[in-house]
Amino acid sequence: MIVVGIALISLGLFFFLSSAIGLIRFPDCYCRMHATGKADTMGILLCLLGLATFVLHKGFEGERFLLVVKILFIPLFWFLGGPTATHALLRSAFEKGVRPWTKDGKEILEWPEGES
Amino acid sequence: MEVFLIGAGLFLLGISVIGIWRIVLGPTVIDRIVGGSFVGTIVVVLLVIIGLIYGRLELFVDIALMYSLLSFIGILIFSKYLSHQGP
Repeated sequence: MIVVGIALISLGLFFFLSSAIGLIRFPDCYCRMHATGKADTMGILLCLLGLATFVLHKGFEGERFLLVVKILFIPLFWFLGGPTATHALLRSAFEKGVRPWTKDGKEILEWPEGES
Repeated sequence: MEVFLIGAGLFLLGISVIGIWRIVLGPTVIDRIVGGSFVGTIVVVLLVIIGLIYGRLELFVDIALMYSLLSFIGILIFSKYLSHQGP
């Protein structure tokens, strides 16, 4: 049980590390949102699954089982909330006129009139 | 198990410095909000790890659950508020 927990937490920490590298290296705020999406979904799910197996290692009584259910509610709420928040943030960035980064500096979209 | 949990917590703390660095450095305000949401993701995992180390998980899980909901609402309100502002 402990080996499974350590493996799950290590995999989750790898997702967090790759997301942090993307956050510091990518050139644009849209790319940075794409990078943090990895930590928002797989990182938090794998880390909390590993911590739940650590809790279940000491026994299966009722109180401990309730604790595991509470721990597994956190990624559920995060899966409901995180993509919605990212979508709203991207929509506001789009409406403010933040241009997406391209390699040769050319526009890839036709922007509506009136936007800066 | 204790040593591994302390190591994982220190690793996550070191990663959250990168998010804070992006908040300080970010060119636009959207980048700052993205860095803040990344730090919020790390803090939720870190709260559960702290509860498991201290042995009082039933207290810290409630705080983590509340923090995850509040982080979502905070990002949503920031994005809605800042979309009508200047750069």
